[in-house]
Amino acid sequence: MSNTFHGGIHPRYSKEFTKEIPIREVIPGETVTILMQQHIGAPCKPIVKVGDSVLVGQKIGDSEAFVSSPVHSTVSGVVKKIAQVLQPNGSKGEAVVIANDGEYRRLLMETKPLSELTKEEILHLIREAGIVGLGGAGFPTHIKLNPPADKKIDYILINGAECEPYLTSDHRIMLEEPKALINGLEVILTLFPNAQGIIGIEDNKPDAIEMISKAIAGKDRMSVCVMETKYPQGAEKQLIYSATKRKVPSGKLPADIGCIVDNVDTTVAIGKAVLEGIPLLRRIITMSGEMFDQPANYSVPLGVSYRQLIEMSGGHPEEAVKIIHGGPMMGLAMFDYDVPVMKTSSCILLLSEKEAAICQESACIRCGRCTRVCPMNLLPLELDRFARNDDEERFLRYHGLDCIECGSCSYVCPAKRHLVHAIRVKKRALMAKKRA
Amino acid sequence: MLNIVSSSPHVRDNASTRNIMRDVIIALVPATLWGFYVFGLNAIINVALAVSSAVLFEYLYQKLLKKPITINDLSAAVTGLLLGLNLPSGHYYFIPVLGSFVAIVVVKQLYGGLGQNFMNPALAARAFLLVSFAGYMTTWPNPAQTGRFWSIDGVSGATPLALLKTGKMLEAGVLSLGNEAGGIWLSDAFFGFVGGCIGEVSALALILGGAYLIYRKIITWQIPVAFFASFTIMMLVFGQNPWDLTYLAFHLTSGGFLLGAFFMATDYSTSPMTGKGQIIMGIGCGLLTALIRLFGGYPEGVSFAILIMNLFVPLIDHYLVPTSFGGKRNE
Repeated sequence: MSNTFHGGIHPRYSKEFTKEIPIREVIPGETVTILMQQHIGAPCKPIVKVGDSVLVGQKIGDSEAFVSSPVHSTVSGVVKKIAQVLQPNGSKGEAVVIANDGEYRRLLMETKPLSELTKEEILHLIREAGIVGLGGAGFPTHIKLNPPADKKIDYILINGAECEPYLTSDHRIMLEEPKALINGLEVILTLFPNAQGIIGIEDNKPDAIEMISKAIAGKDRMSVCVMETKYPQGAEKQLIYSATKRKVPSGKLPADIGCIVDNVDTTVAIGKAVLEGIPLLRRIITMSGEMFDQPANYSVPLGVSYRQLIEMSGGHPEEAVKIIHGGPMMGLAMFDYDVPVMKTSSCILLLSEKEAAICQESACIRCGRCTRVCPMNLLPLELDRFARNDDEERFLRYHGLDCIECGSCSYVCPAKRHLVHAIRVKKRALMAKKRA
Repeated sequence: MLNIVSSSPHVRDNASTRNIMRDVIIALVPATLWGFYVFGLNAIINVALAVSSAVLFEYLYQKLLKKPITINDLSAAVTGLLLGLNLPSGHYYFIPVLGSFVAIVVVKQLYGGLGQNFMNPALAARAFLLVSFAGYMTTWPNPAQTGRFWSIDGVSGATPLALLKTGKMLEAGVLSLGNEAGGIWLSDAFFGFVGGCIGEVSALALILGGAYLIYRKIITWQIPVAFFASFTIMMLVFGQNPWDLTYLAFHLTSGGFLLGAFFMATDYSTSPMTGKGQIIMGIGCGLLTALIRLFGGYPEGVSFAILIMNLFVPLIDHYLVPTSFGGKRNE
C-alpha cells in the first residue's frame, strides 16, 4: 500500500458499534442553545433580542471580524434568553437560547444555478451559511477556500479517512449521501478551475470506496484515493502526503503547496449552501462506546443538548469513566454533558473503565517507540523532557512546534507517559509568548 | 461516579515496561538454560545470586530513599540476569552480589534510576569486576574437559578467543589446543561446548533470543546488524587470518559478541534514539571490539567496546536530531 505516510499507529478501531447503523434525524426539544463561538476566530455577537421571532436558518449571530463565521437558528420560535452557558470545552461562552415552536418555518438564502454564480458569490454564500471545518478544527471555510491569488491550487482533497477510532459519521455520509458529497466537491472545483478533486478514504471502508467511486464515474476531475488504514491518516499533512506525496513545509499551510483539504461533512454542507441556499444547521454525530445501549449516528440540529442525545441513545454517563467530545485520540474529556451541540462536535463517547486507559506514569525507559510512531518524525520523549524542564531552546531545536498533537506517542508509550500532553502545554505557552 | 477529565489520548495500547522486560527475560531463557546445563550448579548459584541481589539492592535503595518501589517493572531482574550471564561459573559467591551492587546502586540508581544511567549497568559492573578480580574473572571452567555436570570445582580451560589471541592456528574448522590432544570444533562454539561466561557460550541460544527480540519489536535491527557488519569487515581484513571464514566464524560465535550485539549494545538507556545513531553505535562497537581483540591486551573486547560507545551516545543523539516531517534541517 503506497498511499500512506511514515509512522502512525494501529489502535483498536471499535467502529463496529456504529458503522452499520444508518443516520437518524434528531428532533430538537423545547429549546435549542446556539453558541456564539463554534469556530476558530472571533466569536459572534447576537443580532437578535430576547422576544424576537426567528425562523429556521435565520442568522442570529455574526461578527465583523475577518476570521469568523455566523451562526443560525435551527428551529423556528422565539428568543428566550441570551446567556453565558457551558461549552463542550469546559469554559463558558455566550449563547442564544431559542424556544422551539415546533413548526420549523424556514428561511433559505437566495441562490442561483452554479453556472451563473461568480466566485465571490459562491464564497459569500459559504460565509453566510456559517460553514466551518466540521472535522474538528472549525476554521471558517470561506477563508480557506479563498487563498491569496499567488497560490496555485492543484488539488482539492476531501478527507474521508476518518482515522479516529469509534467515529463513523463520515463513513455513513459517504454511504448514504454520495451525491451530496459530489455536489459539494463540484462547487469547490468551480472555485479552482485548475484543480483535481481527490476523495481520500481508508481501506477499512470498502463499501464507501465503492459507493463514491460509482458516484464520480464519468467525472474526470474527481478521483478516489484509497489509503492505508492507519492513525492519523486523516491529519491534514499526512493526508496530503498520502494522496499527493507533497509535504507541507513547517509553519506553512496546505495552500502553499497547492492543496486544500476539506472534511466530508463540510463538503456536503458547502453543496447544500450554494446549490440549495441551506445554511449549516445540522451535523452528523456518532454516539459510541460501551456505555451506550444503542450506539448511533445522528443528524443533529446545532444547539441540541448532549444530554438529550445521550438519553436518546440509552447512555449511562454516570457509569462511564470518561465522557468525550470527539474521538478517543484527540477528543476532549467533559465533566458535564449539559452542553449544546456545536459545529465541531463529531462524536460523543461514553467510555467504560475497560475502554478508557487511566494510567500511572512511570520513568521513560528510552525504548524509542514514540519516535517510531511519530508521524511528524519528532522525538516525543525528548520533547517531553524539555517541556517539563522548561528547556525552551532545546524544545524548539527539536522541532517541538511541529507537533500535530495526534497522541500516537502517548498511545504506544509503555511507561504510560503523558507525552503529547506535556508537549501540547509547552507548545501553547510558546505560541502565546510568540504572540505577546 | 465523577467522570475523569484527563487529556487526550483517552485510549492506550497494552505495552508496559514490565512486558518489555519480561520479553527480554524470555529471550534470555535459552542462553540461561544452556549455561546451567553446561556449567552446572555453580552457574545456577551465580545467576540466582546476581538476579536476587540486583532486585534486593533496588528495593533497599528505593526503600531507604523513600522513593516508589519499582522492582515490579522487572528492570532490576533483567540487569541482574545479564550480569549473571556475564560471569564465569566460579565459586566466589560474593562476586555476583558485589557486581549487582555496582550495577544497581552505583551505575543505575545514583544516576537517577531507570532510563537515566549513561552506561550499561551490567557491563559496567562486569568491567569493574574484571579489573578488580582479573584472574578470577578470566578463569573459565571448560565444559569439554570437566565432564560438566554439577561440578563445583571446574578445571579451567582456554577459551576459543584466548587460543585465537595467542595465535594458535586453525586447520579444517578445528581450533588446535596445541600439544594436547583434540581441539575445539567450530560446532562446539556454535552449540556451546566451550569455555566462557555462563550465558555467552552458545551462539545458537543467543541467536534464538536475539531473533525473538527483533520479532517482538523489543529491539530494532540497526545495532546488531551494524555491529555484525563492521566487526566482520574488520576481522576479514585485519584479522590474523585475513579472509578466512572459519576464523571469522570462531570470532563471531565465541566470547561476548552475540550477547553483546543483541542484549547489551541495544540497551535502551545507553543506545542512541534514532536509526542513524544506532547504526553509528553498532559500527563503533564492531570497530572497537575488533581492535581490542586483535591489538589489545585482552582476548575479549565486547564489554569495553560497548561501554566506550555508551559514552558517545549523548553526543550522537545531540548531533542527530531528525528533521521534522516537512521541516528544515537544523544548522
